[in-house]
Amino acid sequence: MTWSEMQPLLEQACWDTLYMVGWSTLIAVVAGLPLGILLVLTDRGGLLQNTVLNKLIGQIVNIARSMPFIILMVALMGFTRWITGTTIGREAAIVPLAIGATPFFARLVETAVREVDGGLVEAVQSMGGNTWTVVRKVLVPESLPSLISSTTTTIVTIIGYSAITGAVGAGGLGDIAIRYGYQRFETELMWITVGVLAVVISIIQFAGDYAARRLHRRGGHSGAAPRLRFLKLAPSKAS
Amino acid sequence: MPGENRAAHSTVTETPVITTSGLTKVYRSRGREVTALDGVDLHVREGEVYGVIGQSGAGKSSLIRCVNLLERPTAGTVSVAGQDLTALAGRGSRASKDLRRARSRIGMVFQHFNLLSSRTVKDNIELPLEILGLSGAERSRKALELLDLVGLADKAKSYPAQLSGGQKQRVGIARALAGDPKVLLSDEATSALDPETTRSILKLLRDLNQQLGLTVLLITHEMDVVKSVCDSAALMENGRIVESGTVTELLATPGSELAAALFPVSGAATGDDRTVVDVTFHGEAATQPVISQLSRTYNIDISILGAAMDTVAGKQVGRMRIELPGRFEENVVPIGFLREQGLQVDVADSAGEAPATTPEDSTLLVKEGAK
Repeated sequence: MTWSEMQPLLEQACWDTLYMVGWSTLIAVVAGLPLGILLVLTDRGGLLQNTVLNKLIGQIVNIARSMPFIILMVALMGFTRWITGTTIGREAAIVPLAIGATPFFARLVETAVREVDGGLVEAVQSMGGNTWTVVRKVLVPESLPSLISSTTTTIVTIIGYSAITGAVGAGGLGDIAIRYGYQRFETELMWITVGVLAVVISIIQFAGDYAARRLHRRGGHSGAAPRLRFLKLAPSKAS
Repeated sequence: MPGENRAAHSTVTETPVITTSGLTKVYRSRGREVTALDGVDLHVREGEVYGVIGQSGAGKSSLIRCVNLLERPTAGTVSVAGQDLTALAGRGSRASKDLRRARSRIGMVFQHFNLLSSRTVKDNIELPLEILGLSGAERSRKALELLDLVGLADKAKSYPAQLSGGQKQRVGIARALAGDPKVLLSDEATSALDPETTRSILKLLRDLNQQLGLTVLLITHEMDVVKSVCDSAALMENGRIVESGTVTELLATPGSELAAALFPVSGAATGDDRTVVDVTFHGEAATQPVISQLSRTYNIDISILGAAMDTVAGKQVGRMRIELPGRFEENVVPIGFLREQGLQVDVADSAGEAPATTPEDSTLLVKEGAK
């Protein structure tokens, strides 16, 4: 396979991957953020303490997270068809990707929000703020650097997952790597795909860390940003 | 000098601003019950600086958190500025709208400042104003005004992490004042600060108290805080208030633990051949050379075993432990002389087995009526 043959394939695959990852990240963040905050608020001693709800959300998140992604994908096929009308293609892949990443992100949000000093919550309460004020003015802004790091981790994980959806006809870089690289013995193309994935992930990780660190430093902290994750660059699932 | 700004000290009125009655707080966790507050009756008058002192675990923190209902009392009532907060609270664990509105009129400063690290100093001060729903322009104007008041006009754009502890607490105070409160609650506001900074923060609280007629309820474990700013004080032990009153009243109370702790004096107690008395000076008498008068009038030798003098609530006060030669019976006349001068005299008891050498032992002091 020559480069001129590979190039359009790779280009299309890149866009497909970004499309799937972009949308599923957006959905995972929009759904996972409130879920994660709710996990903190409903916990014992939280502002909206509700043990039943807390256990329920916690269990759902645990079950969703313990399921191997490929099984989750198959299990969700009916739901995916109901939403998008098909189980094949980029749009169809977004459904399991978003659903798989939401509980993952929710747990990361929970950890980040839990780090916020309880004294700040108390301070806002003493000013007459309600729970919504606490969430909006304290929990989210104060944990923002961590939340950005969590988003970065989530994106990287979704890219890993997207390679698996590629195997069932969703397109994208993972699809190229498997169909051409593995099944047709185009070893060269496979390695290029892996290289492209590594570059994409590095860029995302770098951008995320940079943003988190800038926000962190704005707060006047001179130390390193929380959780530098360069060592966990490419998840092994990416191939 | 502290003495000077005390001349203007006339903000205290008899109107009660914070009143708690039978305040009780019991924490339950895993079947264990801990009584943090055990029927506390607190009366803070308008315009005064009221200090609650006690060791950690005495219940001070619970008390101050019950005043604005950050902690729900198990029993008892709290009213602030004539409003019964316990009645406003509602039954659920979440704060009702009325309670939140009442809270916005009670300022609170914290030991660890509790400033948002993601916001600039100015934005931190604007936070309570955002909650109150003020417009951007009003918030900005008010925040700058408050920054000026606490002496940090040049730090508006800084982030809390760039400030020193004392500056952070000034921001905390400015933020607490944003809602124009009548009452300021101070939760160990100076406990994380060094002595120098502590003094400047206390002076600021004192100035605000006088300029704005602000009532301050502070809790602390440092006697010096009570000594330097408080008009009244209460001593807490095991969830109860064991002593309370104005500082002058406390000093005039024989055997007062607070007075003894404020002015610790040491030295051996009365023995067979000596009479040891604790003399408490306050008001006019503090400026009179009574000891040398005593010595000259009765021609006796007086040894000073220990003494502590200070300015409390704008008045010179102090305690001194002196030794007169001879048994108590032989010294009735000189002691009478001291009482005539308007001093409070307590005889350090000889009945006590151990000599009273520490402030804790001053409870051994014989109960002697003041003047």
